[in-house]
Amino acid sequence: MHQASRTLIQADHISKTYGRGTNAFTALSEVSLGVHEGETIAIVGKSGSGKSTLMHILALLDSPTAGVLSVNGKLASDMSSRDLARLRNQTFGFVFQQFFLNASSSVLDNVMLPLKIAGMGRRQRKQRALEVLEQVDLADKAKANAGDLSGGQKQRVVIARALVNDPKIIFADEPTGNLDSATGQLVENLLFRLNSERGITLVIVTHDADLARRCNRQVFIKDGQIATPVRRVTI
Amino acid sequence: MKLFDIISTASTNTFRSKLRTILTILAIFIGAFTLTLTTGLGKGISHYIDDQLGSLGAEDVLLIMPTTDNGFSSPNDPPKTYDATKKTQNIESEGNRTIALMTEADLEKFRKIDGIESVTAYRQAAMDYVSGPNNQKLVGNLNLLLDGEKHATEVGQMPTNDSDVPQMMIPSNYAKALGFTDAGASVNQQITIGLTNGRGDAVTLAIANVGVSQKSILTSGFIYVNQAAMNKLVTLQNQGAPDSVSKYFQVATARLKSELPASKLTQVKADLKKLGFDGMTVQDQIGVIKTVINGIIAVLNGFAIIALLAAGFGIINTLLMSVQERTKEIGLMKAMGMNSGKIFLLFSFEAVILGFWGSFLGVMFAVATGFGINQILMNGLLKDLSGLQPLSFTLQSVAPIVAIVMGLAFAAGTLPAIRASRQDPINSLRYE
Repeated sequence: MHQASRTLIQADHISKTYGRGTNAFTALSEVSLGVHEGETIAIVGKSGSGKSTLMHILALLDSPTAGVLSVNGKLASDMSSRDLARLRNQTFGFVFQQFFLNASSSVLDNVMLPLKIAGMGRRQRKQRALEVLEQVDLADKAKANAGDLSGGQKQRVVIARALVNDPKIIFADEPTGNLDSATGQLVENLLFRLNSERGITLVIVTHDADLARRCNRQVFIKDGQIATPVRRVTI
Repeated sequence: MKLFDIISTASTNTFRSKLRTILTILAIFIGAFTLTLTTGLGKGISHYIDDQLGSLGAEDVLLIMPTTDNGFSSPNDPPKTYDATKKTQNIESEGNRTIALMTEADLEKFRKIDGIESVTAYRQAAMDYVSGPNNQKLVGNLNLLLDGEKHATEVGQMPTNDSDVPQMMIPSNYAKALGFTDAGASVNQQITIGLTNGRGDAVTLAIANVGVSQKSILTSGFIYVNQAAMNKLVTLQNQGAPDSVSKYFQVATARLKSELPASKLTQVKADLKKLGFDGMTVQDQIGVIKTVINGIIAVLNGFAIIALLAAGFGIINTLLMSVQERTKEIGLMKAMGMNSGKIFLLFSFEAVILGFWGSFLGVMFAVATGFGINQILMNGLLKDLSGLQPLSFTLQSVAPIVAIVMGLAFAAGTLPAIRASRQDPINSLRYE
């Protein structure tokens, strides 16, 4: 990755404060970070450090109390909530530690959800979802109930769901946190393969040092601030 | 998300928690079921009245009576003063009620009103008995058949005022009692009517029976005669009575000009009112009965609506629980780009779907029950009343019930749906 690569998300002096007055709690203070196309970033920190809050702000799920955030060169503060929702739907994919799968629906229905939200036709989204399930080696489980799968299979379904709308960036919050190390490794490999083969940018929140080390960059968050200077690795 | 996808997703979500959904639907079902039965009852009765009396109807006949100014008054009104210009009569049989009378001079005034074609005094003879081949003397209710009045006949025809020959029609249960083998055998036979004249002598008149009327709760025991027969009976009855008796009468019938518009009819009634008389069409008279029935039905419907309102709170409760349970799912959908408006719709539709199933099943079950009740009653209790269907349902009467309940469900769903749409995706997804 070289300096000229396009900046997808730029955060400048972002702060996030919860509550008011004496009860105010500052989760993030003056954080600046750019997310460039094709790179992999690990946001590392202890629980309560503010790393999840940073990811939520970068992913447009939350708005900063202070600071400027721009996505594709456009200011997030200028966009309506409807525009933000559309942007999330079309350019972001999400992978969560706790999966958030609808256990009573089929694997296929779970994977199709972002496309259904996007308003894609039934036949088209089914076809697209099956393609993606193929990529994560779960095509044979398409009709199974999501609740009946193993942890590793569930996380692969979640990755398929994140991939289905062909995103530019995948935000992964502790993607291997609920998995044993062998399955965790498989899921990691899958994510990094998406980065290397398809150029999908990864923003991974983790406290797993091994996972963080595989990323181009590590951003260490401590008490709501970036703890060490950002180390850039060229590939 | 497309509208179709929202509806189908809402439909799937509705049945995710089956027991809770079924109980909520059951509450709506009870309300819709009751409302359908009570409106069906109202419809059935008013259909029956229309069938039996509506045909009486000739819109162009007006009954004219003096505006009653009698001893009865509201407790707050002062007693009224006696008006010597108004002839009154004391009727003992009606609890010593004083009723005003009219004379031929009044009829002349009526004839001058624009819109009135002709006016005749409605003279009524008081019948003592009716008797047939077996000479049994039976009491009955003698009535003049008004122009345009119609009754369903079992056999034969109705008497007609176009004929100068006296004619009568007996109710079906009189045929055998009078000594005929069956209703058919009584047609075109002479039947005797007995009365008392002004001198106190018993007199009789034989009249040809032209038909037998069907049984009905509203006209049971009514013997109808045409104008020619009534004229003869009145003449007979007034023999030996003072002149005053034949000079005064209580009611006149006016025939209105044909195709009279409703506004004109109102004008005719207003003109009569100025002269001190009330004009009433048969429709007006039925209207009074219907108002009473509609009042009763409205109260019954009120109870059903209370049940539905209670069911509405059931919907609110059910959906609030759903929103609570699906917090994470709502957060996920929002994170994936579903906007608040669509989340609102998703939960609103869930409420509407609950409303639809509850009311649809309730209405269907009520209609089936109604048909069952109709069958049982028509073959049992109401066997003799041909044409009475106690419960009547039409698509136009039940479809609005489903629509109203769905509207109510939508209203009930707004609170939970707003709550869902306002949820913050971060709070919904946060885990620690």
